[in-house]
Amino acid sequence: MANGMSYALEFERPLLDLEQKISELKGLSTSSGSDFTAEIARLEKKAKKLQGEIFSDLSRWQVVQLSRHNARPYFLDYVGLLFTDFLELCGDRHFGEDPSIVGGFARFDGQSVLVMGHQKGRNTKENMARNFGMPRPEGYRKARRLMELAERFGLPILTFVDTPGAYPGLGAEERGQAEAIAVNLEVMSRLRVPVISTVVGEGGSGGALAIGVGNRVLMLENSIYSVISPEGCASILYRDATKSDKAADALKLTAKDLLGMKVIDEVIPEPPGGAHRDPVKTAEALGRALRKHLFALRSLSGDDLVEDRYRKFRALGVFTDS
Amino acid sequence: MAWFSKKKPVRSAPRATADAPAASRMHGLWVKCEQCEEIIYRQEVERNWNVCPHCQHHLPWPARSRLEALLDPGSFEEFDRGLEPQDPLGFTDSKKYKDRLKSTRKALGENDAFVAGVGRLEGHTVSLGCFLFEFMGGSMGSVVGEKITRVFERAHDLRCPAIVFSASGGARMQEGIFSLMQMAKTSAAIARFREVQKPYVSVLLNPTTGGVAASFAWLGDVMLAEPKALIGFAGPRVIEQTIRQKLPEGFQRSEFLLEHGMIDAIVPRRELRTKLGQVVGLFS
Ligand SMILES: [Zn+2]
Repeated sequence: MANGMSYALEFERPLLDLEQKISELKGLSTSSGSDFTAEIARLEKKAKKLQGEIFSDLSRWQVVQLSRHNARPYFLDYVGLLFTDFLELCGDRHFGEDPSIVGGFARFDGQSVLVMGHQKGRNTKENMARNFGMPRPEGYRKARRLMELAERFGLPILTFVDTPGAYPGLGAEERGQAEAIAVNLEVMSRLRVPVISTVVGEGGSGGALAIGVGNRVLMLENSIYSVISPEGCASILYRDATKSDKAADALKLTAKDLLGMKVIDEVIPEPPGGAHRDPVKTAEALGRALRKHLFALRSLSGDDLVEDRYRKFRALGVFTDS
Repeated sequence: MAWFSKKKPVRSAPRATADAPAASRMHGLWVKCEQCEEIIYRQEVERNWNVCPHCQHHLPWPARSRLEALLDPGSFEEFDRGLEPQDPLGFTDSKKYKDRLKSTRKALGENDAFVAGVGRLEGHTVSLGCFLFEFMGGSMGSVVGEKITRVFERAHDLRCPAIVFSASGGARMQEGIFSLMQMAKTSAAIARFREVQKPYVSVLLNPTTGGVAASFAWLGDVMLAEPKALIGFAGPRVIEQTIRQKLPEGFQRSEFLLEHGMIDAIVPRRELRTKLGQVVGLFS
């Protein structure tokens, strides 16, 4: 999956070291003809146990790191693994083309759908081209154009959220970043076709929500969704960006947290060790979830879909009314 | 009309606390203008709707004073005053969010950062609301989002125009994902309100940024701003850190936005009432 260097997270390292040792031993037994079968079996058992230990009890900050892992499958990987006949459409018809959001029509189980998502890069060059998955207004306006196109043809919309946030740049402000996001929120709320939004990596604030107003909102197990990045939160509230782990805990931003608070509909489990360890299995699980929810929404009329989405977001908020 | 049956509207009374903005410069008999640094008699500034009589600088204007001054005398009826914030995340920074709320509510005599209601503007019934910037920087959590949503629901039910005065740093971090979701909730409420073909006038005050700018505040049928208000998605400091250079003078100010086609007009405070009346009249 990874083209370019992928890094190892600090807490993954003991496992990766062990796996490295196993593969060396395997190589050695082939080249030297010695029998290390027993030792390999012992180490593999140990590796499995270690993996279980590390991943059964991840801290929120560790989940944040996994959600940003540069070997994690990105939107276009899912397009390749889950869809056929992908036709990418480009440009907002006003100013430009923004490659940090990719969208187009494709077949899912034979049915035409709109697929659209934030796209990050795996290395510096790709990230420069994709602006690290941080859209400018053009990206949001392209997204809006494609969503309205899908609606006109009665096609379901599947969005994939994976962004640190909308780009905070000079040109983005000049061209109306806030307007572009706001309009998407309104437009999505009244789309008369099924919309399923899945957070597959980072759900960074308004820049994520701007393609995230779905009838169903799903999250991969090691993805996050937050009003602000833990780093941003730490530097504002604790005046110390290194307290990001503390901020991640305070923000309660993991898929499990959000399901617990009934903000999302489902957590899609990832393979042991995280999505980047097995993108194919991850895509299979994601595909199953999308299929299930699409099927459930199929019987709803345009009016029903708008009503369903409205009720869902109308209900969000915690307060008392005395 | 669920909102009618739930609770009797509370008629707002002028409150000493509401007239005192967070800035301590407004306390006492004298006020120092933050722009021309002229020392002005406090009453003189208040009579002038908190606009500096020397340089026309627009000082912060408390929400309740604003509503009282802009609406037909005595016509404002407050709604949803009983909405109270909770602490769904059990959030703690340098202070527990619960404690922060408690002390802010006590100091300001307000439950949260938004006041909403129904009033008359030059004879027209309007559903409206205004941010209290002095309440945690006008940040939007569940209560603010709910109140704004209800402003549009009331406008829908009454088939009357909606007006929101925004002054906010954005979503409230301390309520995490619930704050973010208020952006979707309020924007969806506007989509519904559009059905009744009444105007929504969004008035952007200093400052309007973040999740508030990027949702209902930028969805006005008519977009007005007070002079020299800071308005944008990202805050200037974040942008400077990102692009590693100083921003040009006047960047993200009302005048800049008008020039870039992002708003309809800049309206000096003293002309706001007339302008709002005109908009509401033309669309009725
Ligand atoms: Zn002055």
